[in-house]
Amino acid sequence: MTTTLLSDAGFSVFAQSGLTVLTSNIDKLLEGFGKTLALSALAGIIALVVGTILAAFRVSPVPALRAVGTAYITIFRNTPLVLLFVVFTYGLPGLLGIKGDHTFGFAVGALATYTSAFVCEAVRSGINSVNPGQAEAARSIGLTFNQNLKLVILPQAMRAVIPPLTSVLIALVKNSAVAEAFLIAEASFVMKGLIRDEPQALYWVFFGTALGYIIIVFAISGISRVFERKLEVAR
Amino acid sequence: MSASVLFDQPGPRARRNQLIAGIIGSLVILAILGYLVYRMYETKQFTARKWSIFTDPTALNSLANALINTLIAAILAIILSLIFGAVFGAMRVSHNAILRTISTVVVEFFRAVPLVLLILFVFLGFADTLQSISNNLGITTVMDNAGLGKGQGALASLVIGLTLYNGSVLAEIFRAGVQSVPRGQREAAYSIGLTRSQTLRKILAPQAIRTMLPAIISQSVVALKDTSLGLIVGYGELVRQGQLIATGYDNFIPVTIVLACVYIAINYSLSRLAGYLSKRQARTKRLAPVKADPLLPPDTMIEIETERQLKD
Repeated sequence: MTTTLLSDAGFSVFAQSGLTVLTSNIDKLLEGFGKTLALSALAGIIALVVGTILAAFRVSPVPALRAVGTAYITIFRNTPLVLLFVVFTYGLPGLLGIKGDHTFGFAVGALATYTSAFVCEAVRSGINSVNPGQAEAARSIGLTFNQNLKLVILPQAMRAVIPPLTSVLIALVKNSAVAEAFLIAEASFVMKGLIRDEPQALYWVFFGTALGYIIIVFAISGISRVFERKLEVAR
Repeated sequence: MSASVLFDQPGPRARRNQLIAGIIGSLVILAILGYLVYRMYETKQFTARKWSIFTDPTALNSLANALINTLIAAILAIILSLIFGAVFGAMRVSHNAILRTISTVVVEFFRAVPLVLLILFVFLGFADTLQSISNNLGITTVMDNAGLGKGQGALASLVIGLTLYNGSVLAEIFRAGVQSVPRGQREAAYSIGLTRSQTLRKILAPQAIRTMLPAIISQSVVALKDTSLGLIVGYGELVRQGQLIATGYDNFIPVTIVLACVYIAINYSLSRLAGYLSKRQARTKRLAPVKADPLLPPDTMIEIETERQLKD
């Protein structure tokens, strides 16, 4: 590589060579970000569903279900994501007797399991933020718990819950970088490989990859702001 | 549960229905757990060979050292984050536009970028330098003699990454705290002749730190959990040590169960402490609502949400 030969020639050549590493490998990085988005999107959808069900458990009148919800939150909010990744990718395939390479699927599982706990807490805080008068009115016209939750509370809670849920989803995208350590070729993994091969491109490759994540993060918060404005209600 | 607004105090029929729902729900959960336990039995997870490692003094010693490594990284990261957060938080509320801009750029950048990326960047670019600094200071020898390994380059990368990220979050928390102090306090401080920096140091910051203590503790839980990212740079913390043992003995499930218990015990106690402090403050002091910020991490967000509800 000419860059190493020229690296003594001065900072401008040095810097340019780093930029070249970034631009000539941009397809690899984009592929990595594709995987990052795929991981996050799949885990996000599962986590939203499971987390909402858990939140319903946590506010339900049935003590056993409340206990299940609380236990889930306590366990998975306090366990490091990396540990979940270890047990999902090395332990679970053997336990469940699943053969073949399903690392991606198990990584999605680890991310979804972890994120569900945070989705649950976000949704629950949204439920709590709905004016009690609404629930009382719903009950007074004879709605059952299920109807009350489905027709009155959750639709309103979902609005209040957009900002905390956005923060959960942004955290999910950033957390998906952990998959790097489990040999999934997402963006951080690609960055690591590029820096290993071309150490002189450290800053360019790092800031290039960082920019990719920043764009995703700002896109998510932008979309959430649009939703928030659309769903805004006069109180 | 008459406290909930979602349902009435159950009558006899509702109680019966709830009991049925409870039994069905429990059966479903028990079926799932039962299946997992059955699979654990099938795959011989309960055999002595997979658990005996936890009675082996050498293995226990290595796990204890790994726990110390985790705590070293966490404590260093928390202290440095607090300093970083205080400096950049103060810059963010400063009247100097340049300081404010610098701090905004730094804080927003480190909050938006994955921690894994930061740690990898520092490790791949500067681990050797950091290691030789550590060697020169004699830290490596001290830690090696204590059986804690020679990975000070990895430790430093981990701690720097954690500091940049958690420090940025703490800077935001600190700023929110300063802004939550009633305006009159600042005006009163100016009127008795305190300068801006005196007002910040003597009037605003002490109150901000008190209001934000629960959020700061939650952030410490986040930092402690995130030290497990040391695994990606080969730092000998708890999860990595566990993984090494589990690879040798092929007992990922038992090791995970034990390690999860350790983490849950530490983090749950810290979270309870945060909850206790937040409740105590709700009694003595009213908080101004903090605007929900999607870039704050979920743990902290939830803490702030709870505080807002307590206030309402």
